[in-house]
Amino acid sequence: MIRYALGRFASLVISLIVASIVIFAVVEVIPGDPAAFMLGVNARPDTIAALRAEMGLDQPLIARYLSWVGGMMQGDFGMSWTYKTPVADLIGDRVWVSLPLAIYALILSTIVAFPAGIYAASRRGSAGDTAIMGATQLGVAIPNFWFAMILVLIFAINLRWFSAGGFPGWGNPLAAIKALTLPAVALALPQAAILARVMRSSLLDMLGEDFIRTARAKGLTRRQALWRHALRNALIPVLTIIGLQFSFLLAGGIIIEQVFFLPGLGRLIFQSISARDLIVVESVVMLLVFTVIMVNFIVDLTYAAVDPRLRVRA
Amino acid sequence: MSLLSIKGLSVQIGGTPVLQGIDLEIAPGQITAITGESGSGKSMTALAVMGLLPQGAAARGQIMLDGTDILQTPEAALCGMRGNTMGMVFQEPMTALNPVQTIGAQVAETILMHEKVAKTEARARASAMLERVGLQVGPHRYPHELSGGQRQRVVIAMAIAMRPKLLIADEPTTALDVTTQARILELLQGLVDEFGMGMLLITHDLAVVADVADQIAVMQHGRIVETSATADLLRNMRHPYTKALFAASTHAVQLPEAQVDEPLLQVQNVVRDYPVKRVSLFGPRPVFRALDDVSFTVGRGERIGLVGESGCGKSTLTRAILGLEPVQGGSITLDGAPVLQGGKPDLALRRKMQVVFQDPYGSFNPRHRVDRLITEPFFLLDNPPKGAARDQAIVKALTDVGLPAEAAGKYIHEFSGGQRQRLAIARALIVEPDLIIFDEAVSALDVSVRAQVLDLIADLCRKRPLAYLFISHDLSVVRSITDRVMVMQAGKIVEQGETEAVFADPQHPYTQSLIAAAPKLPELAHAADAL
Repeated sequence: MIRYALGRFASLVISLIVASIVIFAVVEVIPGDPAAFMLGVNARPDTIAALRAEMGLDQPLIARYLSWVGGMMQGDFGMSWTYKTPVADLIGDRVWVSLPLAIYALILSTIVAFPAGIYAASRRGSAGDTAIMGATQLGVAIPNFWFAMILVLIFAINLRWFSAGGFPGWGNPLAAIKALTLPAVALALPQAAILARVMRSSLLDMLGEDFIRTARAKGLTRRQALWRHALRNALIPVLTIIGLQFSFLLAGGIIIEQVFFLPGLGRLIFQSISARDLIVVESVVMLLVFTVIMVNFIVDLTYAAVDPRLRVRA
Repeated sequence: MSLLSIKGLSVQIGGTPVLQGIDLEIAPGQITAITGESGSGKSMTALAVMGLLPQGAAARGQIMLDGTDILQTPEAALCGMRGNTMGMVFQEPMTALNPVQTIGAQVAETILMHEKVAKTEARARASAMLERVGLQVGPHRYPHELSGGQRQRVVIAMAIAMRPKLLIADEPTTALDVTTQARILELLQGLVDEFGMGMLLITHDLAVVADVADQIAVMQHGRIVETSATADLLRNMRHPYTKALFAASTHAVQLPEAQVDEPLLQVQNVVRDYPVKRVSLFGPRPVFRALDDVSFTVGRGERIGLVGESGCGKSTLTRAILGLEPVQGGSITLDGAPVLQGGKPDLALRRKMQVVFQDPYGSFNPRHRVDRLITEPFFLLDNPPKGAARDQAIVKALTDVGLPAEAAGKYIHEFSGGQRQRLAIARALIVEPDLIIFDEAVSALDVSVRAQVLDLIADLCRKRPLAYLFISHDLSVVRSITDRVMVMQAGKIVEQGETEAVFADPQHPYTQSLIAAAPKLPELAHAADAL
């Protein structure tokens, strides 16, 4: 188990190093000189050169990469050129919107998907199964921004249970959670639909396995065999999907953040790209990559907890 | 007073009858074997007794087990009986256990399902039961850490944890090596004696049946055609199907005299190492030696057998001979040329050897017609026949293996298992090779079909000097179809010689143990008296 964890950790570190090099390289080759962009079209070449020197753009690539990575390790993400504030502060504010939103959506989708998937699998071919499968088909098909607007229309404009957008901050936690509810539901719907389908098919695969027949021969009822023997074995593919979904929810909330006017990471990265604010772009992307890799690391460890066969493989 | 009494059991699935009028009695302490070929309804009978018929199956008749009619018992009560009154052992020990639970927990579950006892007590009793079935490892191990034989012991421990009155064993040793099979059969017999259980043993292997059963029921097409005490049945078979079945399993092929003049395949001091997981981060990577200094020669037109238990290196050797994998030492030459040179197999050389695998279905693309399937090896030829010549080659290959020419237009799913294996042989023959490797080629076939395919294989080398490398775990098959035999153990060839000489007087202790462990069908008419 420790060998396995160490092996996964080594691959995590290597992934991070490779990712940082790729991100740095890609951002460097984006056309457009940030200094020229910030100073406008009428700027004199010597002014631009001065700004480039001030921003460190005249340094060699390697030096810039090392200072960027070195800074991040100490929590110094540099200074945003457009906002003129430390990138760390910019990210810090927004992470507290995006991260809770992603976790909230993930919890919602899991709460819906697990029972739905298990129910459908245990009553395969029944009316309930057909209904759930139909609903998930719909859930996968509906674009989440459209669903978001419908939610706003019903719950914010007509029923006035929630506000249509904005975020009041975490000063009042209840109000904050309430503000995140509609966006979380909008994000969770397609995820729940996918997850329920994966849960169902994975469980059905397991229910056809020989060890389920063995369990039945021991005197377990169908239900008991499903809960005690099939479920845990069915979790591996489900965990994989959850890991992928979390990454998507964290970074992919741009449209939902736009619909609900949430000051999240998605909006920040969108604005920074438009403004050629390379430092912010680099840092946010790196942060997202870091999160994704961490989540995958945790998923890998969970695999090993679920399946003893993976513990021996490094 | 019988323990299990089946009367007039008929089962239909979707209107198709799978069992018809089954009558069977089992007394406590008695082993009754059901035998027959695949699809005859053996397993369905077992599932009916367990009350585990597939959904959509309709059963009529009566299955009285210890005074209860299984067919009239509601599901909830059946759950209370399964694992308690009747236990079941299955064919595939590799998949019969839940991979994510320890073996101790899985055995304890049987006890916890049926008795209100503390978890610790159930665990303790499970450990004791695992010890009783002769398992040498502790209860905290996971199934993947165990061998097939060990896993089968766990499955048996699970089935008998509550000391059921009836134990059903469905092909319990079919997936196991002969020496393991012998030990598992011995264990089952011991348990039947000790617990006074009745046992319903389901197996296609007549030698196993003759060895352990008190009573034999022969099934064909969903019916029991003959039931009798073992000794009586062996002495006096009444039903023609029974006679045919026993004749087929003792079938001896007429192998033509081999005309060996020159060596064809030469394997010299071959070593094959597989890298395994590192023990330390630095230091050299450890290796597993799958083939250790293997040397032998197959002459042109010679039929040579290779026997050994699973994991001994038989498949590794096959891959090395076919030039699919490099070897770390020694040389393999066919007709004087190395099979693998510079990491690339020589196509001209590959034409001279073909292989027939165990699973005929898995080795054919289901979307292609037979003509395309069996002409696949043509890509090995510089100048493959086209048009009429191709059609002729197809017809010849099909007729050679006893199939009609019309078969060329069909798909693989339209053929039975035996026909598929004939097609696999046709595919091998179409490029007129000098050597055919049969890798467990008849192991999955029913006895009667197997006898026909073996006859075919023997016939083929009558027409022209074909050399065979016949790899099998089944000693009786190897004995009948080969001139010489090699015995392999842990990557080494421990004994080789004339087939009859090796079988009659094995020299190496491993060969002796293999031959001793293999269940033998008694010489029918007279041997029954000795039972």
